[in-house]
Amino acid sequence: MALLGIEARGLRKRLGPNQALAGASLDFSAGLLHGIIGPDGAGKTTLLRTLVGLLRSDQGEVIYTQEGRPADFAAVRPFLAYMPQQQSLYPDLSVAEHMDFFRDLYRLPAAVYRSRAEELLRITRLEKFRDRRAGELSGGMYKKLGLICALLQSPAAVLLDEPTNGVDPISRREFWELLYRLADQKILVIIATAYMDEAERCARVHLLDSGKVLASGEPRAVLRDAKVSSFEEIFLNRSDRKEIRPTDTGGTSNTAAAGVPHA
Amino acid sequence: MPEATPAIETRDLVIRFGKFTAVDGVSFTVRRGEIFGFLGANGAGKTTTIRALCGLLAPTSGEVRVAGLDFSNGGNAIKSKVGYMSQKFTLYNDLTVAENLAFAAGLRKLDPEAAAARTRELLGFIGFDHPLGAMVRDLPGGLKQELALAAAILHDPEIIFLDEPTAGVAPAARERFWGLIGRLTDSGKTVLVTTHYMDEAEHCGRIALMRAGRLIALNTPEALKSLAFPGPMLEATTEDPRVVSELSGRPGVLSVQPYGMRWHLSLQDKTAWKSLAATLPPGLTLRHIAPSLEDVFIRLVEGGER
Repeated sequence: MALLGIEARGLRKRLGPNQALAGASLDFSAGLLHGIIGPDGAGKTTLLRTLVGLLRSDQGEVIYTQEGRPADFAAVRPFLAYMPQQQSLYPDLSVAEHMDFFRDLYRLPAAVYRSRAEELLRITRLEKFRDRRAGELSGGMYKKLGLICALLQSPAAVLLDEPTNGVDPISRREFWELLYRLADQKILVIIATAYMDEAERCARVHLLDSGKVLASGEPRAVLRDAKVSSFEEIFLNRSDRKEIRPTDTGGTSNTAAAGVPHA
Repeated sequence: MPEATPAIETRDLVIRFGKFTAVDGVSFTVRRGEIFGFLGANGAGKTTTIRALCGLLAPTSGEVRVAGLDFSNGGNAIKSKVGYMSQKFTLYNDLTVAENLAFAAGLRKLDPEAAAARTRELLGFIGFDHPLGAMVRDLPGGLKQELALAAAILHDPEIIFLDEPTAGVAPAARERFWGLIGRLTDSGKTVLVTTHYMDEAEHCGRIALMRAGRLIALNTPEALKSLAFPGPMLEATTEDPRVVSELSGRPGVLSVQPYGMRWHLSLQDKTAWKSLAATLPPGLTLRHIAPSLEDVFIRLVEGGER
């Protein structure tokens, strides 16, 4: 498995009436933990789907590199793992049965599978829950099982779409420790998130809004260049200038907060 | 319901599934008109407790009184007094807004005329501005949740249970939803709500914290903070993380937790702060901060079984 990098150049994608991606260029350099940060409707999911080859962009291209050299999508495809926002696990299958199923799907050799399965169960602390059915797992455990299934195939790149949504603060931390562990193994990690504190945990951040890249780089550098102290400010400053719609497709939090009584 | 009757009372509530004890001797009281937050790690027993309080799950032992009613008659009396917005199942994606609300009204056996008036009232309450013929699947996530709230309170219940109503919803829409919760309690309703967003939990009057089926704390957000952190809390920033790991061994430093690219330091007392300030490693900036509910959550829930 070689060090994998992904570069997107001028991606444009229209989905129905929405211009989901409006000329996005991003460099996901190999071996690092990248965060794609943006509000709902920013284009995060469309971007991830395009990067893993599930969607074809209308314009622009995605370039994959192995050890710094350009590689065909067909060659890197087996090394890409994708964890969608709505995971499709089987409620009636147990944790262990899921792992067996994905072993067969990926055609993993028995010896590789055994050691890998045990390692993944240990680091996700799901050992005790092997026999629990996915439908009976708590939110955090369910997400971890999804990650296990994605990681069984020993990927070189892992793309995750808001994996910590609905996960309690401690499980969220544990999940991030798992991601750091992957990055330590030089696996390319790309995570889409709406949590601004998670943005600060990435080696590189890419701020996305309305299908465009607002800023990219090392978190401190991005904040310094924008002359703000948090990523929230960057988005709030932006949405102040936009018309505020009464749905969740933008808008500032201070307008809505006016109606919140404090008990 | 007389003014003096608490909205919710549980005493030594125990719920077992086979050998697994999901709720392990939980006692608490919720006052009328309160926003009562229910926090805990995934799997701590929050949803199970709520299901018992809604009359959906019979307690293994212990007492439950909701709106002054107990669990006799299979919880049916309770069901008419409560509204429940569950975590997973809320609305049918393949039905329109109008169809979903009509279905919810039918389940509650509401008189059609009264249901129509109540539907109009609630659509006004949530400020719904999409066509009623819109398919629910086409609505933005935040709006779906507001609509699910409307469906859950069509029968005008006194007590409303909201199980992670804002999970996966964008920040601005989460604020809007909490605005609705505030207006409900202002009008005398009682709301018991769970969330994993600690910034939202700040809106609660009181918070119950569960760990591994037990209630480990119950108080106002402010009191929880000062109980969990009697000493000062500081935020550390540095370009060199190694400096921070050195701090965790200092006397009087209770914990050092990473927060993005900053750290939160909890200190035993002012003396610890003075000695730390006198021998600060170079390249480290410290400032006093108030602990957040996320700090409280991690301090009280972390470690051992949860």
